[in-house]
Amino acid sequence: MPDIRVRGFAGGINSPNPFWLASAPPTNTGEMIMRAFEAGWGGAVWKTIGEPVTNVSSRYSATDWNGLRMMGFNNIELISDRSVEVNLSEMAEVKKRYPHNAVIASLMVASNRKAWHDIVARAEGAGADGLELNFGCPHGMSERGMGSAVGQVPEYAQMITEWVKEKARTPVLVKLTPNITDIRTIARAAKRGGADALSAINTINSITGIDLDTFTPRPNVDGKSSHGGYCGPAVKPIALNMAQEIMSDPESALPLSGIGGIATWRDAAEFILLGCGTVQVCTAVMHYGYRIVEDMAEGLDNWMREKGFKTIEEFRGLSLKRVTEWKHLNLNYKIVAHIDEQKCIGCDLCHIACWDGAHQCIHLDRVSGPVDGHVELHTTPAAREMQSRAAIAETPVTRKEREVTTLGDYPTPLERIPRVDETECVGCNLCSLVCPVDDCIRMERVDAGKPPETWDERTRGAECAPRPQF
Amino acid sequence: MSSAILPDDEKLRERFGELKPPLTAQAAQIEANRCLNCFDAPCTASCPTHIDVPGFIKRISSGNLRGSALRILDANILGSSCSRVCPVEVLCEGACVLHRQNRKPIQIGLLQRHAMDSFHKSGEVLPVAMRAASAPRVVCIGAGPASLACAAELVRQGAHATVVERRSLPGGLNTYGVAEYKLRTADSLHEVEMIRRMGVDFRFGTGINSAAELEALESEFDYVFVGVGLGAMQQLGIPGEDSDGVINALELIAGYKVGHIRRIDGTVVVVGAGNTAIDAANAARRLGAHAVYLLYRRGESDMSAFDFEYEHAKQEGVQFLWRRQPLAIRKSEHGRLLLDTVQVHQVDNKLLPLPDSHFTIECDQIVPAIGQSPLAHLIHDLRGVDVRDGRIVADHSTGQTGNPRYFAGGDCVNGGREVVDAVASGKRAANAILKIAEEAHA
Repeated sequence: MPDIRVRGFAGGINSPNPFWLASAPPTNTGEMIMRAFEAGWGGAVWKTIGEPVTNVSSRYSATDWNGLRMMGFNNIELISDRSVEVNLSEMAEVKKRYPHNAVIASLMVASNRKAWHDIVARAEGAGADGLELNFGCPHGMSERGMGSAVGQVPEYAQMITEWVKEKARTPVLVKLTPNITDIRTIARAAKRGGADALSAINTINSITGIDLDTFTPRPNVDGKSSHGGYCGPAVKPIALNMAQEIMSDPESALPLSGIGGIATWRDAAEFILLGCGTVQVCTAVMHYGYRIVEDMAEGLDNWMREKGFKTIEEFRGLSLKRVTEWKHLNLNYKIVAHIDEQKCIGCDLCHIACWDGAHQCIHLDRVSGPVDGHVELHTTPAAREMQSRAAIAETPVTRKEREVTTLGDYPTPLERIPRVDETECVGCNLCSLVCPVDDCIRMERVDAGKPPETWDERTRGAECAPRPQF
Repeated sequence: MSSAILPDDEKLRERFGELKPPLTAQAAQIEANRCLNCFDAPCTASCPTHIDVPGFIKRISSGNLRGSALRILDANILGSSCSRVCPVEVLCEGACVLHRQNRKPIQIGLLQRHAMDSFHKSGEVLPVAMRAASAPRVVCIGAGPASLACAAELVRQGAHATVVERRSLPGGLNTYGVAEYKLRTADSLHEVEMIRRMGVDFRFGTGINSAAELEALESEFDYVFVGVGLGAMQQLGIPGEDSDGVINALELIAGYKVGHIRRIDGTVVVVGAGNTAIDAANAARRLGAHAVYLLYRRGESDMSAFDFEYEHAKQEGVQFLWRRQPLAIRKSEHGRLLLDTVQVHQVDNKLLPLPDSHFTIECDQIVPAIGQSPLAHLIHDLRGVDVRDGRIVADHSTGQTGNPRYFAGGDCVNGGREVVDAVASGKRAANAILKIAEEAHA
């Protein structure tokens, strides 16, 4: 049976599973965090405590997509608007009642050494298992010289990390902002400053949308808006990329708590495969509640069982070696699209995608039944549509007219099943991505008849090899 | 032609509540988002008017409802009534590729209605081209879907169109012949009102019954479009058919739709098993008949009604008597009707009576609904126009008849199909007329 416990993360943090709540509204109070632990969360990063703030209403907005709610989410809420005293006394209570769950204090105070020393001492005094330095918050706090204002300047980030490390007895995690050209610059600074671990990514600067009646961007605060931090499923690919960048860079790599659009065990497994030791979740909990952790834990357990992994460490980082620079990819690897005629439903989205978005190599030139005369190959999409709109169609009113005509060997009329011109197919994947049917379009490997060769090898080789003769 | 002359009978509206209620805005959005947006979509190909279905659905999902309606109207000026009366199960929705994935097809009919309702509610009129001095003048005989589509297309492209109609209201079967729970008379008239406001002239109470009347039209107009539909219901051809209490299906439907018939009591026998027979039988049930029988001389598998119409009739409580042929209609001593029938069986394509199977049904109303016969006398007056099997012979793609000034479309050509087929043929004829007129002018 797989063991999904986390042991000694960042040099000493334990939790019953790698699923932590990120520092955010779901970790606002001790009462909430205790309910979360009851639901099965392994750890919680307390909503950032520190400087006094006042919040506005409204605070959140979302990007819906194609009828689905909250594909992306953003907020302009600041750090905890409750006092440090109240937060820390609740933290002590939580730690007393749930000694086996990880409780991390997220901290943000003004950039002076004493302020940081004080808050570190108080948080550890309350029993925090670790400290997360919020160098990422992109709105409001940054205008006051905190949050991402620190996280965007390597020197500040290193300096504050050093101050904290002077005082801290528990592991120190630095939370990184993605609102920077290269996240590794701050990761390296944090590492130089002595950080024990990193958390990434914080939210991304965003405007989710604009109300087309009032012209006010969302969220609307009395007719005005401000850029908010973007998160939710939409940001996962960006977060994965940044996790990979950090973990593949020896000067950056530290134990990493992955954050960004994680909503299921699949997302979690992907972050762990790129080297994360724990993962943090917020938006999915804000959408569905704490109970989502049940499937996350079960799903990860089942997947590990299926793959034969006994511990998280056994698969952590396995995908890192499979990410490389483009110049090291094999130029002679060749795949082409193959359409399964038995599965094709005839939507022909692959045809239009290939014509308008790729390389014009998926054609609608098959015919159903005998044809008397010329069959035009490579008819353009517009010509094809014109042709079918010029045809006369009638309602089948009699029983005979309504009789389903047998379609032959395939569930779809052959004339609607596209044909791939494999000699032209560049193997881009687009058709298989737009196809609504699982496994209908497979990308199949063909023998290019050449040994593997990368761009790097080819261009280095060019310096000494004779020019090919054609 | 305002709808004000229609009785607003609350009871009738209640009894004929809509079979398919409209979608809410959010339900429409969700449904629209399910559409795959197929290339060269089979739904569009199967629609006789080739409405750009993915195109109008995409516009619903983006919140461009006006654009969606314009896209529909571009192909089908009666997009509103078609969204209600089309047998979508055998047309667009039947062609939806989602069937092949064992998924529910997109509810195209309801989405189309959503867009059209919003457009008609706005009161906007479809833009038309400037009328050119040289534009042809066309008269459309009959104010049913074929003529309306032809006339609307003509004025959209800058020609003159006049519709002449023998009855007092426009719309043809949309107004007088479609079950109220599918299409309300008021909605049909509202749709025609837009066509009138686009610039089509209407003349009501104008039957064309003589050569002289036809000549008058010929001298006033350049081209004639014949969209007269079919004529009266066929007679049963049995004794007693002219008794009180015998009313044909189209009269029954028109009667309740314009408020002449408010209720039906007792037992009703409908003779026939087509879609109109089913509409009449369901109407009789909803108007109060306690028992409604549908009598058909052949079997269940031979009936021409669509499967979903048959299912619907069963839900309404209509009872079916298969392989039974009417022989005579008599009056009982209590003044009720007696319908003598006999059980028949089929031998070599012939229906033969079974011995000792005579049976008399005592009832209060008999409704023949066994097909329609062509409006023969008018057609005879059209010189140079072929009529075969009671249908006008016209070119499939242009609607042009043997007489180059005469075009025809709809039921009088196809023998009785759907509204959408009539619209398609009217539109094709309009485009053919415009092309020929342009060539003649050039």
